[in-house]
Amino acid sequence: MFDTPFWISYGLPVVHSGLWSLVIILPLLVAVALLTYVERKVLSAVHLRRGPNVVGPFGLFQPLADGLKMLTKETIIPTNANRLLFLFAPILTFVLSLIAWAVIPFDQGVVLADINVGLLYFFAISSLSVYGIIIAGWASNSKYAFLGALRSAAQMVSYEVSIGFVLVSVLLSVGSLNLSDIVMAQKNLWFVVPHFPLLIIFFVSMLAETKRTPFDLPEGESELVAGYFVEYSALTFGLFFLAEYANLILMSALTAILFLGGWLPPLNIEPFTWVPGPIWLALKTSLFLLLFILVRAAVPRYRYDQLMRLGWKVFLPFSLIWLVGTAIVLVVMGWLPALPAS
Amino acid sequence: MGEFAKRHQSPWPIIVCFALNFSKVVALLSPIDFLFYLFAGFTLAAGVGVITARNPVYSVFFLIAAFLNAAALFLLAGAEFLAFILIIVYLGAVAVLFLFVVMMLDINLATVRAGFVRYLPIAAVVGGIFAAQLIIMLLIWQQSETPPTLNALGNSPMNQPNNVYALGRVLYTDYFVAFQTAGIILLIAMIGAIVLTLRPRAGIKTQVISQQVSRKSSQSVRLVDLKLGQTHPTTAATAPTEPQEGSA
Amino acid sequence: MLATYLPILVFILLATGLAGGIIVASLLVAPRAPDKEKLSPYECGFEPFDDARRKFDIRFYLVAILFIIFDLEVAFLFPWAVSLNTTGVAGLLSMLMFLGVLTIGFVYEWKKGALEWH
Repeated sequence: MFDTPFWISYGLPVVHSGLWSLVIILPLLVAVALLTYVERKVLSAVHLRRGPNVVGPFGLFQPLADGLKMLTKETIIPTNANRLLFLFAPILTFVLSLIAWAVIPFDQGVVLADINVGLLYFFAISSLSVYGIIIAGWASNSKYAFLGALRSAAQMVSYEVSIGFVLVSVLLSVGSLNLSDIVMAQKNLWFVVPHFPLLIIFFVSMLAETKRTPFDLPEGESELVAGYFVEYSALTFGLFFLAEYANLILMSALTAILFLGGWLPPLNIEPFTWVPGPIWLALKTSLFLLLFILVRAAVPRYRYDQLMRLGWKVFLPFSLIWLVGTAIVLVVMGWLPALPAS
Repeated sequence: MGEFAKRHQSPWPIIVCFALNFSKVVALLSPIDFLFYLFAGFTLAAGVGVITARNPVYSVFFLIAAFLNAAALFLLAGAEFLAFILIIVYLGAVAVLFLFVVMMLDINLATVRAGFVRYLPIAAVVGGIFAAQLIIMLLIWQQSETPPTLNALGNSPMNQPNNVYALGRVLYTDYFVAFQTAGIILLIAMIGAIVLTLRPRAGIKTQVISQQVSRKSSQSVRLVDLKLGQTHPTTAATAPTEPQEGSA
Repeated sequence: MLATYLPILVFILLATGLAGGIIVASLLVAPRAPDKEKLSPYECGFEPFDDARRKFDIRFYLVAILFIIFDLEVAFLFPWAVSLNTTGVAGLLSMLMFLGVLTIGFVYEWKKGALEWH
C-alpha cells in the first residue's frame, strides 16, 4: 500500500473517475435539454400545434434559451422560508437524480462504479429522493408547497413498495444485484417475456415516482399551483426541473436494463450486432421516454384515493403474488441461476 | 456558534494546533483507517447535534447525517448490504416518518425541554446499559485471539462471493427462528399502528365503483308531468339536490 | 470492494459542486430587487394569514408506518433472492412462512380499511 506514493495510488483513480463522471454528466444534461424539446414537440403534435419553432432550426435551441432565461431571473427566497434548507432542497434533488447514473452500465464493462449491489444502490437513491420534496415543501413555509410535499411523500412511499417487489422478482431470475449481471442474464431471453406484467407495474410505478401524469397530484397546477416548488424561481426551480427530467431518463434506462436487456441487441445476429451497445441502450431508453410523453398527452390525472388504491390494493398484492410465484416456479423447475461469479 | 465562543475561551489555539499536527497524524494512518476515523467522527458530531439542536427539524437532519455516516462505516467494514439497508430503511422510511412527525406536529420546544430533568434518571439508566454493553464488547474484542481489523472484515472468506449472498445463505435457514420472530414483530407493529391510529370518522363518502357502474337509468331517472309554474312536491322538498355519492 | 465505491464518492462531490455552482451563478448573474410583496409566500389573492405548517390527517402517518414495515419486508427479500439457489426448498418455505405472517397483517389492514383513502 505504501510502495507507491499516496497521490499516485489514490489521486489518479480520483482524477480518472472524476473525468468519467463528467463524461456521464455532460451528455446527460444535453439529453435532458433535448428531452424537454422533444416532449414539447410531441405534445404539440398530439394537440395539432407546432410547438417550439422560433429559436434555432426547428426550434432546437429552445431549451438553451429557456436555460438562459432562468439564469437571468431573480432568485426569490420567501420571507418566512428557512433559507438554508430552501436552497438545499433543489441541490439535493438534483444531486440524487444524477448520482444513480454512476451504476448504470452502458455496455459490457462500461460502467463508472461496478458495485456488487447496484440494484440496492438504485433502490436506496430512489428512496432518498423523497427528502428533496419534503424539505422543499417545509422550508418554503407556504400552504401549497406544504400540501404538495405531503401528497408527494405519501405517493412516492406507496409506490416504492411495489417497486421493491418488482426488483426482487427480477433479482430472483438473475441471482445478482450487479446491474451488468442483470443485463447479461437476459442474453437469451429478455425479462420482458416472462415478466411482462412486472414491466407494466414497474413502468406505472415509475410514473408515480417521478410524479408524471396521471400521477401529478403533488404538482396539480389547477389546485396546488405546482405544489412543493411553488415558491421556487430562477435556477432553484431550474434544478428541480433538470432533476425531474434526469430522473425520467434514469428510470427509462433502468426499465430498459431490467426488462429489455440493456445494451444487448434484440437478436444476436449480424446486422444487429454491428450497432454498438450504448446505441441499443439509448434506443430502448428513448422508447420508454416516448411512452412517458405520450402518457402525459393521453391520460387524465388520477384522484388521490384512486392513486392510493392502485398502489396499495392492486400493485402491492399483485407484485407480491408474482414474486412468490416466480420463486416457486424457479425452485420447482430447478431454473435458479447459478452462483454469482466473483 | 456564537454561544460556543461565549461560553468557552477562544477555541482557535486548539484548532490551529490540531490542524498543524493533523497531517502528521494522517500520515500514520492507512487510508481506510483514516476514512474510518473521519466517518466515525462525523457520526459522533452528528449525534451530539441531534441532542443539542434547538430546532427539532434540525435534530432529525443531524440524525439523518448520523445514519449516512454509519452507512459509510458499514461499507468500510465490508457490510455492503447493511450499509444500503440502513439507507433504505432508516433514511428512506424511518427518518421520513420522524420528519413527518416533527415538521408537521409543531412540537413545542419549551415543553420538551421541561421534561429533561424529569426523564434524566431513566435516560441515565438506558445510557448506562448501552455504555456497559459497549465496554463488554470492547473487552471481549480485546480478549479474542485474532481481533478482526477493518481491512480483514471486508475480505474475510465468510463474505464471499459477496456480502448479500453470504447473509442470505445463513439467515433463512440457520437463523430460522430469529427470522420468523422478525416477521412476527413486523406483524405486531403493523397491527399496532392500525389500532393506534385508525379512527372511524362519520360522514365519509366513498366511491363504490360497482354501484356506480351497475346503476340503471330506470332507477334514477323518472318522468314527471309538470304544468307551467308548478313545482313537484318531492323535488321541492329536497332541492337543491345534493351531488350524488361518489360523483366528487 | 471499496475501490468500486470511490467513483461514486467522486461523482457525488462533482454533482454537488455542479448544483451549488448553478445556484451561485444564478445569484451572481441575475438582478436582485426584493420587496415585501414579492417575498411573501404564494396565496390565492390575499395576504397569507397563518403559519403554513399545520397538523394534518393521521393517515399520512399511517401510510409512512405501513411503508416502513413493507420496506423491511423488501429488505429481507433481497438476500433471500440472491441466495435461493443455495438455500433451495428450505429457504423458499422459510420465506413463504415469513410472507404468510405478513400477509395476515396485510389482510387485517385491508379489512380494517387502513388502505381506504377518503
